[in-house]
Amino acid sequence: MTLSTAMATAAHTMTSTAHTTTAAADTPGFLSPTGVEIAFLLVGLVTFGAAIVTVTTRQLVHAALWLVATLGGLAVEYLLLTAEFIAWVQVLIYVGSVVVLLLFGLMLTKAPIGRSPDADSGNRWAALTVAVASAAALIWVVVDAFRTTWIDLDGAAAGSTEVTGKALFQNWVLPFEALSVLLLAALVGAIVLSRKAKADAAATSASRPGGRSEKEGAR
Amino acid sequence: MHLAYPAVLSALLFCTGLYGVLARRNAILVLMSVELMLNAVNLNLVAFDVWLSKAAEETLHSGQALTLFTIAIAAAEIGIGLAIVLAVYRNRGTSAIDRLRDTAEPHGPDNDGPEGTDGSEDTVTADEKAEATA
Amino acid sequence: MTTTTLAVLVPLLPFLGAAAGLLLGRAAPGFVRPLAVVPTLTALVLAVLVAVRQGGDGAVDAATELTPTGSVPVELALHIDGFAALVAVLVGFVASCVQIYSTGYLRDDPRYPSYAALVSLFTSAMLLVVYSGDLMVLLVGWEIMGICSYFLVGHYWETPEARAASLKAFLVTKLGDVPFLIGLFALATDAGSFRITRVLGAVATGAIDHPTLIALLLLAGVAGKSAQFPLHTWLPDAMAGPTPVSALIHAATMVAAGVYFIARLLPLFEASAAALVVLAVMAAVTMAGSGLAALAQDDIKRVLAYSTIGQLGYMTGALAVGDRGAAVFHLLAHGAFKALLFLAAGVIIHAAGTNSLAAMSRMKDLRNRVPDAYWTMTVALLALAAIPPFSGFFSKEAVLATAEHAATGHAERIPVAAGWIVLIAGMATALLTAAYATRLWLLAFRGHGAEAPDHGKQPLTMTVVLWVLAVPSLAFGLTAGLLPDWFDGRELTPTLTTSVLGTGLAVVGGIVTYGTWRHTTALAARAPLGAVAAHPEADAAQVEAEAIASHAPAYGDVAYAPDPADPSRLLLGPLHRPAAVGFHLDAVYRALFIRPVQAGAALVRFLDREVVETYVRGAGALPRLLGAAVRRAQTGNVQTYVSALLAGTVVLAVAVLLVATGA
Repeated sequence: MTLSTAMATAAHTMTSTAHTTTAAADTPGFLSPTGVEIAFLLVGLVTFGAAIVTVTTRQLVHAALWLVATLGGLAVEYLLLTAEFIAWVQVLIYVGSVVVLLLFGLMLTKAPIGRSPDADSGNRWAALTVAVASAAALIWVVVDAFRTTWIDLDGAAAGSTEVTGKALFQNWVLPFEALSVLLLAALVGAIVLSRKAKADAAATSASRPGGRSEKEGAR
Repeated sequence: MHLAYPAVLSALLFCTGLYGVLARRNAILVLMSVELMLNAVNLNLVAFDVWLSKAAEETLHSGQALTLFTIAIAAAEIGIGLAIVLAVYRNRGTSAIDRLRDTAEPHGPDNDGPEGTDGSEDTVTADEKAEATA
Repeated sequence: MTTTTLAVLVPLLPFLGAAAGLLLGRAAPGFVRPLAVVPTLTALVLAVLVAVRQGGDGAVDAATELTPTGSVPVELALHIDGFAALVAVLVGFVASCVQIYSTGYLRDDPRYPSYAALVSLFTSAMLLVVYSGDLMVLLVGWEIMGICSYFLVGHYWETPEARAASLKAFLVTKLGDVPFLIGLFALATDAGSFRITRVLGAVATGAIDHPTLIALLLLAGVAGKSAQFPLHTWLPDAMAGPTPVSALIHAATMVAAGVYFIARLLPLFEASAAALVVLAVMAAVTMAGSGLAALAQDDIKRVLAYSTIGQLGYMTGALAVGDRGAAVFHLLAHGAFKALLFLAAGVIIHAAGTNSLAAMSRMKDLRNRVPDAYWTMTVALLALAAIPPFSGFFSKEAVLATAEHAATGHAERIPVAAGWIVLIAGMATALLTAAYATRLWLLAFRGHGAEAPDHGKQPLTMTVVLWVLAVPSLAFGLTAGLLPDWFDGRELTPTLTTSVLGTGLAVVGGIVTYGTWRHTTALAARAPLGAVAAHPEADAAQVEAEAIASHAPAYGDVAYAPDPADPSRLLLGPLHRPAAVGFHLDAVYRALFIRPVQAGAALVRFLDREVVETYVRGAGALPRLLGAAVRRAQTGNVQTYVSALLAGTVVLAVAVLLVATGA
């Protein structure tokens, strides 16, 4: 198929000229998966399944909990890809704070406990169509382009804390600082948005600091 | 490991999130779906970073750095997003996004739609708001 | 100053006066009257100076070309011969009289400033026509007069008659102006110039290829302007304007322009026997018909209007037999006595509070109330009826003598038929003229019945003007011996045969009318009639406006009164009713032109409303449907929007991929 070659060429051009050692010729096939691959596949299935349940369940709190499973599964995938620092950050921030924030949000908006029949809007079938279509398009392209590309996971971990730290504080220190400003702005914005009118400001302020401290932790 | 595995998983997760964004009624569930999409992107970034750091001996680790930034920004986004949802809920008494239709176009002269529903919604809103603040 | 400079100033001064009057009318009301009178008077003085300097010698010609104007040049040209010099004096004289009279007549009129300015502009336009040596420049003045007559006739625009009359005057004259313009172009194309001298030179050398066609086209415009049959119908209706305006239009400007124009280009008309015969027939029909119509009118001003048409018929008759000297002589004499008649009629209308002769014939002692108007009008009516030694006698006899000259075959290039037509019609008209003049005088001044209502003393400005005008009406005929020096040199003194015949017929007409009046006047007491404007303290213009507005409601028609005591009823017999309404010519026009035009308009309206509109609506339907559909998509639901957005993105991305890979 011409598409595959085109995309492969594009990918190779993108990945610069130093690409010499891993030629397409000695790439292992899909029919003899390695152990890492099998593990990745299984965890990926679980993650995907959890994601599916997250977006389809009628119980809102369950959705949040299934999201934890999805994010946790992703953390495992990061580990399998030897990006260990990212994996732990994923666990800390997503599982630890984001999901907790979401649960707070659910509670504050008086989300019903148990099955709610109207969890999905009338747009569901259109959404399904679009999602399936884009999934088909994406997978087609991605598989076509990268089915012969091989990740060499041997040797030093690509994402150990040391490596990541060095990269972050040598090359990315300025964006990192800029990000801290962005987080501050987000903090202020969240306070401003969630402030009630003066009269009932005191009544609801008690529930807010938890979320905020979580965010601070994330940073 | 084949790059296709994380790439396909990422695409699937992204489309799942997409479905959630388009199909979910509760705004907080929509936010969850957005998180799914962000994570799909993160997975892509990490996978390609790992691949390139070995294949092209790239030492910047831009993929992982971007992943970290994305995670931070996602955290900020969820904070702001929830604050918005809370403000809307407080004002309107609902967090169902398909009921927030103030930008709808009135349907010509025979139309009884937005104004009428708005009116009823307002009464509902007032009730629920009273409930919410109680 | 040279004669040329003086001549340029003559039309320019009233124009500047008009411009200043229009600009300052509201800001400085105190200057309005001087601004109206002084430029016109100055123009009169200058016109007299020009006439004296020109003195009937060779024509003064001057021209300047401002800018090249294509193949046929348009030049600012003066051509002052004896005709132009004398007609300009007449115009200035009558216009000055009218301006002075108007200061009294429209004393309290709120629209006096614009009125006076328009009269000045009117005068200026006529003077331009008179002095112009270039046909295009002449046309400019010609058209300015048209628009001024529209505004001035419509001065009392509160009354529906005035509105209708002003529109009618404008449209009917325009109807003639269209062929007139085409004729001018054809003439200029043949002659290669718009200059009158060159045109006449071309005529003399026979360079005009289509003299008949051009002459007939020009005749249409002249018939419109000079109120000749069949385009005369605007003139009686134009009586809805103020009386001084009527005097101006009838005596010196507008209607005189047509006659003057033919007089200027007479050699061109003489080149075509057919045109002369048409002109003669037109003049004959106009004369006889207007005489009958004048006899039946009830409105004093309409009588005078029809008499104007008849006298203009004499002038065109004179032109038809190739004597422009006689035509312009009659034009000058008529200008003086017709201005006097109208201005005196204005005084009478003011004093009587009505414009209806039927009502006046039921008033006692009207003549004692307005002795100035009584005496001057008597003079003017005698002049109109061509009784010697008044001015009208000499000028009319000049016309009749020429006609007789032509009828007996003594004139070169003039068809004998034209001579006979003009002569016979002129004789008949002399009878009719005397009859309606006598009727007017008897009904207006010899009424019996109740005392006329007192409208106060007439303003001095109005009565003095009457006496000033009475002088030429009385004595202008004595200049008949001098005038040939100014004109073509042909004798203008009366000949014995036509004098005896014409005067005899006039006397017969007067006596018959008097006898009839004696017979019918007893009936007047038995049939009371009359509607009188009840504003004794108002100025004359307001009285007249009320009289005009109340005539139709009181008598059922603007021209007619059901008066059994009217001598014309007996004189005309069954002809009376048709004559009163102008021989139903308006009805004919209505059937011939107005109805078809209205039907066409209705058709166009139908096509526009039903057919074109349908297409337009049809064209609008698709966008409307699309709009409704798109509108329906604007649900306000963000999820729908994002779904559509992403679906589109996917489709586009796939399409791009397919294209990029050449699949």
